[in-house]
Amino acid sequence: MVKRFMSSWILLSLLWSCNTSNPSATNQKAAPPAEKTIPVYEQFSEIAPLLEQETDSTYVINFWATWCKPCVEELPYFEQLHDQFAGEKLRVILVSMDFPNQIESKLIPFVKEHQLRSDVLALADLDYNSWIDMVSPEWSGTIPVTMVYSAKGRKFIDRQFKDAEELKQLVKSFL
Amino acid sequence: MRKVTGIFALLLVGLAVAFTSCNNAAETASAVDPTATTEAKDGQAVAVAEKTETPQGLSVGDKAPDFNLKGVDGEMHSLAGYELPDGTKPKGYIVTFTCNTCPYAVAYEDRIIALHNKMEPMGYPVIAIQPNDPKAKAGDSYEAMQERAKEKEFPFVYLFDEGQEIFPQYGASRTPEIYLLDADLVLRYTGAIDDNSQDASKVTKRYVEDAIAALEAGEKIDPEKTKAIGCGIKTL
Repeated sequence: MVKRFMSSWILLSLLWSCNTSNPSATNQKAAPPAEKTIPVYEQFSEIAPLLEQETDSTYVINFWATWCKPCVEELPYFEQLHDQFAGEKLRVILVSMDFPNQIESKLIPFVKEHQLRSDVLALADLDYNSWIDMVSPEWSGTIPVTMVYSAKGRKFIDRQFKDAEELKQLVKSFL
Repeated sequence: MRKVTGIFALLLVGLAVAFTSCNNAAETASAVDPTATTEAKDGQAVAVAEKTETPQGLSVGDKAPDFNLKGVDGEMHSLAGYELPDGTKPKGYIVTFTCNTCPYAVAYEDRIIALHNKMEPMGYPVIAIQPNDPKAKAGDSYEAMQERAKEKEFPFVYLFDEGQEIFPQYGASRTPEIYLLDADLVLRYTGAIDDNSQDASKVTKRYVEDAIAALEAGEKIDPEKTKAIGCGIKTL
């Protein structure tokens, strides 16, 4: 409950900080970054709009978990992407499928240890059958999978990337 | 209250650093707005999903192939040769692709045991098959399977898909994954065991038990197919 409250708060504060164009924002940038917070979503419907944004940005949304070896192997590719295209309109979002009771014990320490720079959120909706097809009817339920989309189109990749270059080339074609 | 304000300020600082463009921030905020267009989009997605079929392997209504695989008991087992403890033939088979190493499979172990103990007396035994290649996943070797079966006292047969030849014929992609066959080996339901991978006490839909109940009552099985997050089957 506390977590839910916190995550709504983050979003509220996001909206607020944007709309008011806070002039002190530049000063705040100089402050040491706050510890990364991982929002937890209990319902898929809360994150569904992330897959349907109609903006001029490109979205790379990866579904992974800390226990999934091929997922962890390809995480650095997403981090490189995040860094390489820092100036572009690109959002890399890592959606963790870790069990809800392992978010505190596994996910948060993992993100901290690996100092992940991409946005990480946890999806704790265990009624998988109710939402897997909404991500993509092509998805059988295995991870990792990745959705890349922009105004140019949409591609669903239901496997691990071979290397960082493969991911980079794919994303480039969407920018 | 002061503490709360402190956290708020801290979050704000973090966010100001994390999001350099206003567009990004606005997108994120709208992205998680639970109202707006979500429901309409969900409706569409469901409609799309209903049209899709299993891309490969068996579809509901197909006859499943039999197999002859070595169990952890050292014996070879086939569906045709399977007998219930009273010597009669099963009314159906809960073919379950599972393994030792996947956290989801492990989370479901006790429930697979319970499923067998409940359903075998009704004529529907669990037939567990381990599809991972031990060269790709050492913890799923035949010996490791034997150890796990002994530790957990598996009441069902636990078979090794040596050479990884059977799971592709079924179209299995993950562990755990169920294929409920009737007495004629026709696939009647495929997918998850239930709707909560982590907590058996929070299950609201028992897909496999409900499918067997419908089968017994001569009613339509609904749903006939479900999806779940699971570990990909490991091959080299």
